[in-house]
Amino acid sequence: MKSVLGIFLITLLLASSAIRGQSVPVIKFEQLKQLISRPNDTLYVVNFWATWCAPCVKELPQFEAIRQTYAKKPVHVLLVNMDNGKTLNTKVTPFVKNRKIKSRVVLLNEPDLNTWIDKLAPEWSGALPMTLIINSKRNIRQFIDRPVKEGELESMINQYKL
Amino acid sequence: MKKAALLATIALVITVVLMNARSASTGYKVGDVVQDFKLKNVDGKMVSLADKPDVKGYIIAFTCNTCPVAKAYEGRIMALNEQFAAKGYPVVAIQANDAERSPGDSYTAMQQRAKAKNYAFPYLYDESQAVARTFGATNTPHMFVVKRDGAQFKVAYIGAIDNNHYDVATADKKYVESAVNELLEGKAVTTPSARAVGCGIKWKDA
Repeated sequence: MKSVLGIFLITLLLASSAIRGQSVPVIKFEQLKQLISRPNDTLYVVNFWATWCAPCVKELPQFEAIRQTYAKKPVHVLLVNMDNGKTLNTKVTPFVKNRKIKSRVVLLNEPDLNTWIDKLAPEWSGALPMTLIINSKRNIRQFIDRPVKEGELESMINQYKL
Repeated sequence: MKKAALLATIALVITVVLMNARSASTGYKVGDVVQDFKLKNVDGKMVSLADKPDVKGYIIAFTCNTCPVAKAYEGRIMALNEQFAAKGYPVVAIQANDAERSPGDSYTAMQQRAKAKNYAFPYLYDESQAVARTFGATNTPHMFVVKRDGAQFKVAYIGAIDNNHYDVATADKKYVESAVNELLEGKAVTTPSARAVGCGIKWKDA
């Protein structure tokens, strides 16, 4: 009886989260580092963006397209949001829901760039958008500190023959 | 004849090296001498750093009308001018976004903004984007504090205004303020650069 109830509850939870869209976890830099430096074959496409950054918002569909194109390949798209952590529920979550974003979104609550950027991308000024394509195991690292051009992500990913 | 060919080759090599050096450079570093510029202010007059022979330096702010981070910092830029203009470090604001890509940053829009907010400092239009490129400005806002050195100005600080763009109240490192205060006291700048979050400058399509 209990197990039936359990399954029912889990189903209810899953269904409700599907309706709500994904929830956006608020993370610190150390957690981000763990997320993108796993020693596996996955190619991480990490895009730093903000809801207030027009060029970022404009290029988001390209990352969503990548997620679909390479759904069967070891490619993981991670959208690292840089909005104010305080605006998670008022801005970021509604934005992700309204745009029906399927790629994984995390809110990096680290306003003081000088404490962490050197550990990730010393060449980055802090201007958004910024994209990193990385795989620590295969020593892959592409740094793009401007909006991506149409088709640019595909040609970059394709050269790694995943 | 051989000598001429050799000289030509050397000249070519030097040219290539120089060209590479130029393309590899990404704007000013702390300590560099600033090349003066002449840009149009919102009042229609041209402004250069050399215009004010009595200043000790300038707080140069690459900023714009449209970027939310620049807007969040606008009050702080105005406050910096209020705090330091009388002490010899006035603010000069420069807007370098391509107005075609960012219509809200057109010269007319700049004039409206400066008027609405009563800017007490020049708000210059870097239409060709040459000044932003020479400085190596990448985002808005992006600050360059320059200090007088005879007839020239040298870069003393590059980067963010402070360490929290969301909220002035929680910023506990006021980079520009500290740098200018140290310069006024004749000290070395403790933190000569700090990264600035912001919108990338909207460059003209190459």
